[in-house]
Amino acid sequence: MTFEGAIHMFGDHIDTDVIIPAKYLNQSDPKQLALRCFEPVADNFHDRVQLGDFLFVGENFGCGSSREHAPIAIKAMGISCVVAKSFARIFYRSAINIGLPVVACPSAVAAAHEGDRATANLEEGWLVVAGQRYEVPAYPREVLEIIQAGGLVNHMQRRLREQKEGAPA
Amino acid sequence: MLGRTMAEKMLAAASGRERVRVGDVVTVNVDLAMANDITAPLAIRQMRSAGANRVFDPSKICIVAGRHAPFRDSHFASEVAFVEQFCKEQNIERFFGFGEGMDHALIPELGYVSPGMLICNADSHVCTMGAFGTFSVPMGSTEMAYIFVFGQTWLVVPPSIQVTYDGELSRYVTSKDLALATLKELGVDGARYKAIEFVGKALTGLSMDQRMTITNMAIEMGAKTAIMEPDQVTSDYLKARGASAGTSYRSDLDAVYERKVRLVADDLSPMVAKPHSPDAVVPVQEVAGVKLTQITIGTCTNGRLVDLEEAAEVLKGNKVAKGVRLLVTPATDIVYRAAMESGLLNILQEAGATINPPGCGPCAGIHMGVLGPKDVCLATHNRNFRGRMGHKESEVYLCGPYVAAASALTGVISDPREVLA
Repeated sequence: MTFEGAIHMFGDHIDTDVIIPAKYLNQSDPKQLALRCFEPVADNFHDRVQLGDFLFVGENFGCGSSREHAPIAIKAMGISCVVAKSFARIFYRSAINIGLPVVACPSAVAAAHEGDRATANLEEGWLVVAGQRYEVPAYPREVLEIIQAGGLVNHMQRRLREQKEGAPA
Repeated sequence: MLGRTMAEKMLAAASGRERVRVGDVVTVNVDLAMANDITAPLAIRQMRSAGANRVFDPSKICIVAGRHAPFRDSHFASEVAFVEQFCKEQNIERFFGFGEGMDHALIPELGYVSPGMLICNADSHVCTMGAFGTFSVPMGSTEMAYIFVFGQTWLVVPPSIQVTYDGELSRYVTSKDLALATLKELGVDGARYKAIEFVGKALTGLSMDQRMTITNMAIEMGAKTAIMEPDQVTSDYLKARGASAGTSYRSDLDAVYERKVRLVADDLSPMVAKPHSPDAVVPVQEVAGVKLTQITIGTCTNGRLVDLEEAAEVLKGNKVAKGVRLLVTPATDIVYRAAMESGLLNILQEAGATINPPGCGPCAGIHMGVLGPKDVCLATHNRNFRGRMGHKESEVYLCGPYVAAASALTGVISDPREVLA
């Protein structure tokens, strides 16, 4: 799938308390979480996001807690893809699992400016920022299977079906 | 053939392989799968939306959902009731929902943790359990749903960083100061996707409670997991709690490390992390005099009995400075009861502390001490990200119990070695 949209930028070490403060974790409705996304550093950030927009972020994005509410909130705002210099481990896995495309491409982040347009196709492994094309590495097989299934819930459904039919899991 | 690290040996065992290499992707069997008040509801809903009806093995699941009990609002109350109902339906007996405290302190006390286990928790501080020689990794809720159903997940075999603590800690310098000094050295992403192995003479003299403070903060260094080699202290702790002896793994002498870091305990001062990052660490002298409005002692980092003992040692017979709130949150009901029976709670309360019910307390800004815009808090917690404990303009400094208690007496960040001189 090809994504296209405007770029919103954040710096290094953006933690999950900044992405979605814990006081809002008493529920998990994606729409409600989206309204609070990035609240400690950018009031009403969701108002600036158009469906399909990109987040371009620095090192260690999503560090801190394991709250999956963080990638859920970002996805529910309408962000199509997060491009980072690097990701914190739990955030990266959770984003893949809930179907939020994420990719590490430090050179593209370094070249990007707030408001630039970007296009990306991660299955094909490329990203274009302000007319410049970047190649991005392919996902490992385990990750690709989850992405191709459309997230881990669909992947689970498939494995459950295979178990029921007696096929090897 | 090159030697192997504990991380490599444990992942080989968990994946049923003879040998694994750094970078290998392995499917592992999970010995203990966990989630909490915030992450379990989402995991259960994801499990249901996949059409799964049964968990893989109810005896291998533990849910600690009372970390913020008593509940702040009806949303929290109904989410925990939802989790409780799920555990009943699934015959999950290890459900805790109403004031038993928080998972990382509770489950070792209950004897659920043994060396060699592979533990997954939908909570980032599961790395705390590495103090027992386990391989413990955090996950998101959807991944936990998968583990609840299949009892398996995939992991990449991580490279290891070896952190050696030489020498001996001085008076009023604790394992929290070792953890903060290590954060200063590695930074918040110095161990990203890696295992940290903690070793050294300064470590062997520490109790399990004190060791857990160090492994607890490995996630703040970005680590995938933290591991300590089990020893006599470990087996005494396990025996006293009726836990299985498990399987102890040791790294080979010629094991390959990506990086080795060495810290000399004797050289350390009490340390403090400044706002808004846990790696903004300086010796306490450099921030002495910063005016405080709130001091909090507790959490999975420093909410165990030894931490309350250290605080009481400083506060006994003294009074908290005017204009400062001191909040103490025992991590579990077991800690609470022991502190009550030994008279610690009396000492703290007479000094002017407010004793919170067992659990996470105000650490994540959910309840029991949320900060306003002008608050400056000194906390024995593990995170001081912007806005974490409440208002986005509030400031949080991190430290160990001695610094927290000494500063409570003066109302400003203080060096316990001076206050108690």
